Amino acid sequence: MSPEMNKVSKKSDFPGSLLRNQLFIPFAALFILLVFNLIADPSFFKITMSQSNAGNAVLLGPIITILDNGSELAILAIGMTLVTAATGGQDISVGAAIAIAGSTLLRVLCGTNTRPDTLRTTVFAAFLISVLVAMAFGAFNGMLVAIFKIQPMVATLILYTAGRSIAAWINNNELPIISTQASPTFAYYGGYIPGIPIPTPFFIAAACVVVILLVLKFTNLGLYTQAVGINESSSRLNGLNPVFIKWLTFVILGVCVAVAALIKVSRLSSINYSVIAKDIEMDAILAVALGGNALSGGKFNMVASIIGAYVIQMLTTTLYKFQVPSDALPAYKAVVVILLVVFSAPAVREKLERMDIGRSKKTGGVRA
Amino acid sequence: MKENAILQLTGIYKSFPGVKALQNVDFNLCKGEIHALMGENGAGKSTLIKVLTGVYTKDEGEIYLDSHVEPVAIRSPQDAQHFGISTVYQEITLCPNLSVAENIYIGRTDGIYQNWKKMNEGARKMLQSLEIPVEPTTQLGSCSIAVQQMVAIARAVDMDCKVLILDEPTSSLDDQEVQKLFRLMRELKQRGVGIIFVTHFLDQVYEVCDKITVLRDGQLVGEYEIKDLPRVQLVSKMLGKELDDMSDIKSESSAPAELEKADVIFEAKDLCSNAGIKPFDFYIKKGEVNGFTGLLGSGRSECVRAIFGADRVTGGTVKKNGKTIKIQKPIDAMKNGIAYLPEDRKIDGIVGDLSVRENIILALQVMKGFFKPFTKAQANAFADEYIKLLSIKTASADTPIKSLSGGNQQKCIIARWLLTHPEYLILDEPTRGIDVGTKVDIQKLVLKLASEGMSVTFISSETDEMLRTCSRLIVMRDRKVVGELSGDDLTQTKIMSTIAGNEEEKK
Repeated sequence: MSPEMNKVSKKSDFPGSLLRNQLFIPFAALFILLVFNLIADPSFFKITMSQSNAGNAVLLGPIITILDNGSELAILAIGMTLVTAATGGQDISVGAAIAIAGSTLLRVLCGTNTRPDTLRTTVFAAFLISVLVAMAFGAFNGMLVAIFKIQPMVATLILYTAGRSIAAWINNNELPIISTQASPTFAYYGGYIPGIPIPTPFFIAAACVVVILLVLKFTNLGLYTQAVGINESSSRLNGLNPVFIKWLTFVILGVCVAVAALIKVSRLSSINYSVIAKDIEMDAILAVALGGNALSGGKFNMVASIIGAYVIQMLTTTLYKFQVPSDALPAYKAVVVILLVVFSAPAVREKLERMDIGRSKKTGGVRA
Repeated sequence: MKENAILQLTGIYKSFPGVKALQNVDFNLCKGEIHALMGENGAGKSTLIKVLTGVYTKDEGEIYLDSHVEPVAIRSPQDAQHFGISTVYQEITLCPNLSVAENIYIGRTDGIYQNWKKMNEGARKMLQSLEIPVEPTTQLGSCSIAVQQMVAIARAVDMDCKVLILDEPTSSLDDQEVQKLFRLMRELKQRGVGIIFVTHFLDQVYEVCDKITVLRDGQLVGEYEIKDLPRVQLVSKMLGKELDDMSDIKSESSAPAELEKADVIFEAKDLCSNAGIKPFDFYIKKGEVNGFTGLLGSGRSECVRAIFGADRVTGGTVKKNGKTIKIQKPIDAMKNGIAYLPEDRKIDGIVGDLSVRENIILALQVMKGFFKPFTKAQANAFADEYIKLLSIKTASADTPIKSLSGGNQQKCIIARWLLTHPEYLILDEPTRGIDVGTKVDIQKLVLKLASEGMSVTFISSETDEMLRTCSRLIVMRDRKVVGELSGDDLTQTKIMSTIAGNEEEKK
């Protein structure tokens, strides 16, 4: 629903509506990063075809890396956007929840044998079970937030703290490894499918985006979450069940977590409980914010969040490319966050809009 | 300054953009006096109190205090406290996670050292002298609301207050707790404290107060000794209708004879909710317009909220066409053909950031179901139809509803409910805070809907509006239904005397 609305507003007067358009900030950030890379090092846009370890012809290059590595973030941004819209808070446990879902996946596939020769079940069945587990943990978070009215960040702090221990406990603190002998296809989810030169995670993320856009189009998920996020009391008097809707967004985020976990685990064919998806929750929240969505809930634009996710990945990849050590990465990201927060702060936006109105008055611009 | 007076306000003016909140208001308070400040919503009570406590700065006028010869300037709540003016609000403004003693002394210790023993001892003595039944070391949050309020009062008293303002202190207390509070107020009166008491409960005013000052529309109506002002007079002064010129206004709604024959569509028995109303019976006929009347806080809204399932229903039965139906939450009521326009448009009505279109289709969309969203074309058609029908002034259906004027917002909410084609429409203060033209539109619409067979409950603070639209009025006082008026009884005088209650009967 939201993307359509933006189309409508794009038709109206040029400079003002563009500034106010929610897609402006993420696209502007994307544009700035692209221009920066173009000037600093045009090789950023180079895409080459080469042989992978498995002997496939695959595409390589920074742009491909962004589309590949940004997948988990884009998937999480979907769920995080819904949680933010309905509850006006964020889930900070998604990284830990990925560890749990990933651990579950391996446990189901490997059993107690950490170096299995054959998998105990199909990857699909194991994935379904990890989805259920991730949904259950989402439901737990959702219960704390929706029923017990605990602040989302505090409620999810519990799983943030305990999640990685739970993940380790699921596999008795062992690190199962799925070899190519055990399953030649398991690595496809986080790598390449033979014959297709584009990384699989990109397709998975694209599928998730298509699914959520279809859901938003063919159900009232968007209307309900926004209504609850904007005015809970009024939503209730219009027959909605705000408690259920808030809870539901956490469960949906759980599904996103399980999908992201499949990609993460497949990339390694194993798991590292303390490192897997570390700090991804902050990037997911940042993606929502970068998409111009109010972190206090209410109206959202799903496409903007997803673009926001890829912008963050592009920033990370750019910094790596310029050999910024990974320890220093957060500091650089912080600069971006500061700029972003200041730029989207109501006080600054008002000023920008006032400037804009002033200008259109001077030039005799006609406003609707 | 008069003999014995401790506070005197003269010629106070205060205006906000577009509103004259106070115009030439005088107010006098004597030592050892409990003085009620009365008026309907928007009369200027809270503005006056905020001027007095330094929250607002007055535009004009003078404030004289006890020992000061010159008028004093109160520029901030700290100033007010310094002058001995303390306020206890309806919502507790203390810290629930600190102890009672800490709350009493917070912000008043010398330096950084705190003698805990001495503090607790001092608090205990004071609580005992005021007969407040609580240990100083108890955590405040674990005490009842009444005790918390008394602790707030104790804190005020200990700060040597000369003027104590109690702003709606009794609205969340039960009868027994109210009595305790009154004992404390009388005790303070003995000590010479002047108390300003703001309340909506008439009985309480007559039980504990010495004088009444009535405000209406930001202006002073008058100051009266309690014995000189019978209840009926008080109500008429608050509502601004002199008893003499209250002419009968005949209801224009469907002919009584026709209504006689109409079937009862909704019927409630012993209905009550967790909002604290006494169980009540209710019925409405097809095509009837009835109303709940009573002063603010008398429970009018709570009654209709119980019917709609907006508050948690704790007892009683509701029947539709003679069959018992279960209404536990709003969606149940909606599915049974009930629509409810809530009293507070901003808090319960509009979904501010959503567009006019989304606000209009919301209720019908929820009834239709999660998996069946309206297409863009359908939604637009609905929105356009009702924007035209109710002449809602908006730039487009895409405009966020919050940028519309109050009257147009209200029309959108009415459109939202009309779109669900209800059999029974409840309008709780649909005309509050909107322009006169729209008010008339809404009244006309109500009568038109009723003539088409819709049952409507219409609630308004403005009695003449009710008289113009309703053919039957249910009168409420202190959260109880106290009477029902119809036919020839529908007069201002009769309504007021019923609201005020028969004084002889009470004794």
